[in-house]
Amino acid sequence: MNREEIILAIKDIIATIAPDEDVQSLATDVRLRDQIELDSMDFLDIVMELRKRYGVQVPEEEYKELATLDGCVTYLGPKLEGKVLKQRRDSPLPA
Amino acid sequence: MNTSPTSKSPPYDAIVIGAGMSGLAAGLRLAQFDKRVVVLERHYLWGGLNSFYKHNGRRFDSGLHALTNYVPRHVKNTPLPRLLRQLRISWEELELGEQTHSEIRFPNLRLRFANQFGLMEEDVVAAFPRERDGFARLVEEVRTTDPFAPAAAVLSARTELERFVRDPLLVDAILLPICWYGSAREDDIDWDQFVILFRSLFLEGFARPRGGIKKLLDLLTVRFRAAGGELRMQSGVARILTDAQGAARGVVLDDGSELESDCILSSAGWPETMSLCGRDVPVAEKGQLSFVESLHVLDRRCDALGHDATVTFFNTTDTFRWRRPDALVDVESGVVCATDNYASDTPATEGLVRVTSLADHDRWCSLDEDAYRAAKVTECERILDACAPFGIDPRPHAVDSDMFTPRTIRYYTGRVNGAVYGSPHKRRDGETGVENVYLLGTDQGLVGVVGAMMSGVTMANRHVLMPSDAAIAAGGG
Repeated sequence: MNREEIILAIKDIIATIAPDEDVQSLATDVRLRDQIELDSMDFLDIVMELRKRYGVQVPEEEYKELATLDGCVTYLGPKLEGKVLKQRRDSPLPA
Repeated sequence: MNTSPTSKSPPYDAIVIGAGMSGLAAGLRLAQFDKRVVVLERHYLWGGLNSFYKHNGRRFDSGLHALTNYVPRHVKNTPLPRLLRQLRISWEELELGEQTHSEIRFPNLRLRFANQFGLMEEDVVAAFPRERDGFARLVEEVRTTDPFAPAAAVLSARTELERFVRDPLLVDAILLPICWYGSAREDDIDWDQFVILFRSLFLEGFARPRGGIKKLLDLLTVRFRAAGGELRMQSGVARILTDAQGAARGVVLDDGSELESDCILSSAGWPETMSLCGRDVPVAEKGQLSFVESLHVLDRRCDALGHDATVTFFNTTDTFRWRRPDALVDVESGVVCATDNYASDTPATEGLVRVTSLADHDRWCSLDEDAYRAAKVTECERILDACAPFGIDPRPHAVDSDMFTPRTIRYYTGRVNGAVYGSPHKRRDGETGVENVYLLGTDQGLVGVVGAMMSGVTMANRHVLMPSDAAIAAGGG
């Protein structure tokens, strides 16, 4: 997955967890929780969805790497290499 | 290992005991993340303490008076929206109808509260002008206390309340609905539970899913199965299997079959779960409070009779008593729910009144069949006589009625003493002292429909989803 695909993957996961948040316009360099309401439980959900969709494991002490979309790209890039973007059929994001 | 290749299914990631709100929520949460999970229920119907049944062609809820924690559509970060998020249930799907208002009634006192907290503040200040500042400080304390922070000791809500409010009638008036909505402790409630319930009832509010509890149960069961979860009815757990080290390894069902898992999430209750592990708990840890509830269908809506409150918490004297009665029923205090006063797109044409009172489990269970039936009739009359002075008497307009007792509750939920709110001793971390066995629901310390589901989700996160991270990191997965 390239940078754009990783960002789409994360946005699609956030849209699944928090359907009433506007994920389209998220800035990549600002902490996610400063832009939309995500608590620590929601980060657990992001991690669980990453595991479910892409088989990626994120240990609890590394959740902090996912704080921004840019952080997600840096941290998940190697783990998602060679994997295919999966979006929900009803995803609000462009495929 | 001499396992026969034909008889045993592979181990589950988790076995959930009980298909009530907490068990179904835990099951759904786990199934969503592809865990292999089975929810086992002894009865033929799911719902546990919050179920439904048909009587003379009408469907009645057996538990739900109100879905607490109501907040308007776009409020976030309170328990209800958080819970819905975790279960991927959208707000719209619940089709919530709000309460009109509810009320606390004593012989010479009426305090109303609604989904806007201002009404309660106004009524408290009007009835107790000298308590204005104390009540405001109490509300501030409730807003800022973190009830989930690990506490050094269990505090008494009554003692804490008395730090803010001097008039004993106001103390009792505040405790009345709070105890009714979930105290397992006689004449009091734990302070952290008080804080949770004060927010749920007064700062947030009441609503009802369209069609009642069945709506929510349908959402949970359909999604659970769609996510790959297994829901087995008429599959009571006879015992929890432990290995030589005392850790749970699975369960034996009533029919003798065995299921394997090294994670058992039990909503059966604390003493009940320990009993499945072959252990007993001290009498003081067994719940004592049980209820009778009568349901009355009216030939017209309650508001047509001038009764516009949704839930009425009443006390016929100036002192509120919350204990196991020394009689079949304590008629001095009770809850009346006028279900048709919840807002609805398709308003009911009939009225439905439910009246709940404290009852003594042992007395009801010692009656023979004839005496039991006769007692239902006479006790129901006494209860209705007690609430009539508060403007609620369904009798002149009743077209149908029904009643359930501690015997019914015991039969359908397996709760020791028919204790709806479970053990007075709550276990917040869900730990039981038996390795691999965790508590869900009432005895983990969260009550009500929203509380129970929250308990299921939280315990599933904590004991199944999060530890697996560690296990996988360590090479265990």
